[in-house]
Amino acid sequence: MNFMYERVLGGKNGAIGIAVLAALILVILPLVLDLFRLNLVGKYLTYAFAAVSLVLLWGYGGILSLGQGVFFGLGGYCMAMFLKLEASDPESTKIQSTPGIPDFMDWNQLTELPWWWEPFNSFGFTMLAVILIPSIFAFIIGYSMFKRRVGGVYFAIITQIIALIITVLIVGQQGYTGGINGITDLRTLHGWDIRDDSSKYILYFINAFLLFAVIFLSRYILTSKFGQLLLAMRDKEDRVRFSGYDVSNFKIFVFCIAASISALGGAMFTLQVGFMSPSFVGIVPSIEMVIFAAVGGRMSLIGVVYGTLLVNFGKTMFSETFPEVWLFLMGGLFIAVVMFFPNGLAGIWEKHGKKMITCVKNMQCVNVIRTMINAKRTAKLDAPGE
Amino acid sequence: MSTNTDFALAIEDLTVSFDGFKAVDSLNLYIDKDELHVVIGPNGAGKTTVLDLVCGKTKSTSGSIKFKNKELTNLAEHEIVHAGVGRKFQTPSIYENLSVYDNLEVSYPKGRSVFGALTFKRTDEVDARIKEIANEIFLGDFLDMESALLSHGQKQWLEIGMLLIQDPELLMLDEPVAGMSVNEREQTAELLNRICKGRSVLVIEHDMDFVEKIAHKVTVLHQGKILAEGDMKTVQNNPDVIEVYLGH
Repeated sequence: MNFMYERVLGGKNGAIGIAVLAALILVILPLVLDLFRLNLVGKYLTYAFAAVSLVLLWGYGGILSLGQGVFFGLGGYCMAMFLKLEASDPESTKIQSTPGIPDFMDWNQLTELPWWWEPFNSFGFTMLAVILIPSIFAFIIGYSMFKRRVGGVYFAIITQIIALIITVLIVGQQGYTGGINGITDLRTLHGWDIRDDSSKYILYFINAFLLFAVIFLSRYILTSKFGQLLLAMRDKEDRVRFSGYDVSNFKIFVFCIAASISALGGAMFTLQVGFMSPSFVGIVPSIEMVIFAAVGGRMSLIGVVYGTLLVNFGKTMFSETFPEVWLFLMGGLFIAVVMFFPNGLAGIWEKHGKKMITCVKNMQCVNVIRTMINAKRTAKLDAPGE
Repeated sequence: MSTNTDFALAIEDLTVSFDGFKAVDSLNLYIDKDELHVVIGPNGAGKTTVLDLVCGKTKSTSGSIKFKNKELTNLAEHEIVHAGVGRKFQTPSIYENLSVYDNLEVSYPKGRSVFGALTFKRTDEVDARIKEIANEIFLGDFLDMESALLSHGQKQWLEIGMLLIQDPELLMLDEPVAGMSVNEREQTAELLNRICKGRSVLVIEHDMDFVEKIAHKVTVLHQGKILAEGDMKTVQNNPDVIEVYLGH
């Protein structure tokens, strides 16, 4: 029990942080928001998976990936393929020239289901694929880079290029992937309609619980010796290597874990939003995920969730009113955070928020203000009369 | 080509050339067990390069490095460490964001694989060992301090401690007293004399007074080659050495 408390919740401070976030996500937001807005929050929280993965990878490991959207997308596409197959039963697709295959395949003159789509008829396979396919892909990228000691800015650029390549590939292979439109019109999961109101609530809560599970898993990893080694590698890679560790293996592992965490978010995205398209895979969403993490605080598993929610609320608000300014604002926000608040919201909280709370607790504020007022009054009295 | 020897470390015919420039040129160097061997030489003599070659940071062009008759030249860096070779860098290389305790724990030679590190537990044995080493390197009272706050000399000790906790059979130290006060130098000399028992120690140093205090044997390197070898007295009186250090 004690072990769980210290390692998974992160002691007293960690437990309070989790409790506050849980109260917000599981109680306050569902009570306050209407279903449309709550569904939006659910969508944002799927991005939070990617932001959490960046805490492991970037915050602790110092490995900046500008391609987390790829893994988010892979997870999302795996889930979408399963749902699409279920939506494409011969009965509801009987007007197609080849009934029983997804509609976009029919539009692209495919006459049978490609072999690699077949396994996605099974829900069990799909669940495994959501986690494993992105990890295997990450393993291949990680192995070929980290074993050759490619790192830093080169790694960031290469992951960004991979994001671009994958987008181009998905858009280009329209008959197999649904192209630029993505995989749309998803309806049921084992006959359970994912579009009606009650299932939206259920999916929101499943998503929230999975997010907490991922935060706990990440906390466990970061509080182990592995987490210390990540920090050590980020700051003095050579010292770690010459202390007898195969540094590349550690980097590959954390990259794979980060990939599967993002992918889980992608799968939940597909379920809640009802489609998946290349616009969630490419460079822009990948960079946005880095911004969520930066704003929230890349060293804080809880902070990045707030960061993701805030930036996305901002995005929704601003892009409704001033759509053309939003991108500049977002860029400005990123630069401002990096320059003035390198530890993001979590850093500001650590520095000022806690102080304020203790201050209020001891009612020192009141005393301080009282002294200030008194001092001013005396100063005025002492001042030579005007 | 090379044969087995009784030496702990046997470097034979070792050459490394960078674009034709031979930083180390057909070097032969032998270190005994329980020996504290100091390498001195002017700047650019190839001293640090020798350490780089032994620990695998730089790959040799030709020649052999045998540690307990095990060839090191074709091993990866972490495998060389596992074989029992530890190396301290010239500028103190510690994890500044971690406490002294955590620095030592990270260097503890258990949980070196990915899954080992994930399941590593801080047992009483680990805890006792960390405290033992911390006392040995004069940092017993600083265990909880963030290591960035240590003095330069204390950082040097901490890095030595991070190697000692792995109990290496060959310890290589690149300028361990650089930036230390006179007092700290004396403590370090005492530390080195203490830790060279049961292992071989290879030290690179400029400070001649310090070398005199610790060295069992001294090798003078010049332009990648050995200029002189022997105890401190012999080396100091060698005319070639005097020429290199005082000449021009």
